[in-house]
Amino acid sequence: MEKFTTHTGIGVPLRQSNVDTDQIIPAVYLKRITRTGFEDALFSAWRKDPAFILNQAPFNAGSVLVAGPDFGTGSSREHAVWALKDYGFKTVLSSRFADIFRGNSGKQGLLAAEVAQDDIELIWKTLENAPGTEVTVDLVSKTVICGNLVAPFTIDDYTRWRLLEGLDDIGLTLKHEEDITAYEATRPAFKPKTLPAKLS
Amino acid sequence: MANTLAEKVWDAHVVRKGDGDGANAQPDLLYIDLHLVHEVTSPQAFEGLRLAGRTLRRPDLTIATEDHNTPTLDIDKPIADLTSRTQIQTLRNNCAEFGVRLHSLGDAEQGIVHVVGPQLGLTQPGMTVVCGDSHTSTHGAFGALAMGIGTSEVEHVMATQTLSLKPFKTMAINVEGTLKPGVTAKDIILAVIAKIGTGGGQGYVLEYRGSAIRALSMEARMTICNMSIEAGARAGLVAPDETTYAYMKGRPHAPEGADWDAAVQYWNTLRSDDDAVFDAEVDLDADTLEPFVTWGTNPGQGVSLSDKVPSPNDFGDENAKAAAERALQYMGLEAGTRMKDIRVDTVFLGSCTNSRIEDLRAAADVIRGREKDPKVRMLVVPGSARVRLEAEAEGLDRVFKDFGAEWRFAGCSMCLGMNPDQLEPGERCASTSNRNFEGRQGKGGRTHLVSPVVAAATAVRGTLSSPSDLDPAPESAALQTTDAA
Repeated sequence: MEKFTTHTGIGVPLRQSNVDTDQIIPAVYLKRITRTGFEDALFSAWRKDPAFILNQAPFNAGSVLVAGPDFGTGSSREHAVWALKDYGFKTVLSSRFADIFRGNSGKQGLLAAEVAQDDIELIWKTLENAPGTEVTVDLVSKTVICGNLVAPFTIDDYTRWRLLEGLDDIGLTLKHEEDITAYEATRPAFKPKTLPAKLS
Repeated sequence: MANTLAEKVWDAHVVRKGDGDGANAQPDLLYIDLHLVHEVTSPQAFEGLRLAGRTLRRPDLTIATEDHNTPTLDIDKPIADLTSRTQIQTLRNNCAEFGVRLHSLGDAEQGIVHVVGPQLGLTQPGMTVVCGDSHTSTHGAFGALAMGIGTSEVEHVMATQTLSLKPFKTMAINVEGTLKPGVTAKDIILAVIAKIGTGGGQGYVLEYRGSAIRALSMEARMTICNMSIEAGARAGLVAPDETTYAYMKGRPHAPEGADWDAAVQYWNTLRSDDDAVFDAEVDLDADTLEPFVTWGTNPGQGVSLSDKVPSPNDFGDENAKAAAERALQYMGLEAGTRMKDIRVDTVFLGSCTNSRIEDLRAAADVIRGREKDPKVRMLVVPGSARVRLEAEAEGLDRVFKDFGAEWRFAGCSMCLGMNPDQLEPGERCASTSNRNFEGRQGKGGRTHLVSPVVAAATAVRGTLSSPSDLDPAPESAALQTTDAA
């Protein structure tokens, strides 16, 4: 995973709450077996509308998505994060993220920064009044800068550390392989196994 | 110290305690007892293992099934959609390569992953269960800690059989009282979501408690836990009891003999201590609950079936108001319309929420001896091939076919637009599934979430209806005539 310290890019105001993962990427695109190449799938239903924000310059070149509360609800599809990244987004700001989406973002190096709704409103106004305004999201100091506004954001410490270091989760866990083996030796005999298969 | 059920299950699975405070503090590492796999969220995870030269640690704690992409007609023919066919074939290749048990289309144990696990007896109380699917919360009905995960985590579980998990908060959902006839588990969970909102459960594990929950069957508890994610929760669970054990006993992978006794002894400890403190509590009155139905485009936008479509002005919060405006426009509804005046084109009975044998029985009981509204099409999609066989043995397929419904093969079907079963733009559907998101059931499709009995009654009348809205069935009408004579 690439390290994330700070990012500055054009902010995109998405004035909508409950942006679920079916909107971020409809199920029809989940048939692919690759991990990249999902840029065309991002918000594909909404992008058919010429008035949609990502169809407007300069927002189409945006890399900081500023969304309403409850972003990423619904399905666990990590494809939602891949699609945002493939399109060019480096970070999403919202006052509330769905848990699975937030987790998936952390695994993929997309920064999900929790910003108070009052600050989101101020950022929306700035971005709408002056399209193309750049937003800086600094993970080191956990602050968002947009125009005159300097606002704090929250992210859990562990995810922040992994993003800053660009660390691979599986590699970290396998350092504790002995602990896993030790735990396995203590599992009760009645716990089920899928193999050998027993059928009805 | 007094603990909640969720905390007990968590504590029993800690492989390694977190490193405590500090910027790089690692969260608890938890052991995973059962990993369920399907074709959509696994290909990139298997590929990740291959690229890193890693093995799948515990194939004997892993099981795969084909469900999201699979057609529900002509299942003996090659899948027509080439990308779907490729994804299914990729799962087959991966399972063969990594030694994972797979139930393919056509197999008697194939079906929706969340129907298959419990049915085989693989889902048991006190387990940790994960799957690359948000509706993994279903398995919480057994008192398991069951969570949906993303593909990176799928790969992590494959490689290590563990997950690093952030601590959660606990919320008690107390449902006391007795449900009225025609009111079901689906109505309970839709009412809970409408009450706490789609983000209300965020960061929480919900424990459903109270006399109304204790009175529910396992199928009904699965329906409730299934939709915990729709309230934003990490998971949802119900403490195991005699109902749970009766359901489990004799299933293929349920413990036997001395193992069963040891298991039950342990399972009996799996309940929240009397003095355990929840971080939040929500109460719901079962006595006054009515059939519940959604009017909008997220599962929190619901009302009683006897109610009206709300007006955006009913919402104080600006975001909720804007969301309501947008939802009404998408749904093609006007504020103030009686929910029961809304006409539907399609009725879908299926999905991991409501496709188990009991759901099919309940719907069949409503329609038996009645005629379907000829303008409505109805799809009945059993959750698994096993459920389909069971239903056919009971003659339920005949009830549905005589009624004019389509009797399909098992799969996720019309719950999500990944297989041929989809809504047309503007088509309106009463659906027993779990999400009414824009385009979820097909581009431009309009979804109203309902219970199986409301779905059945709606198919009779053509408008959103509860069984109590129906005239007596011809059979019972005849009986009444005889009585009068």
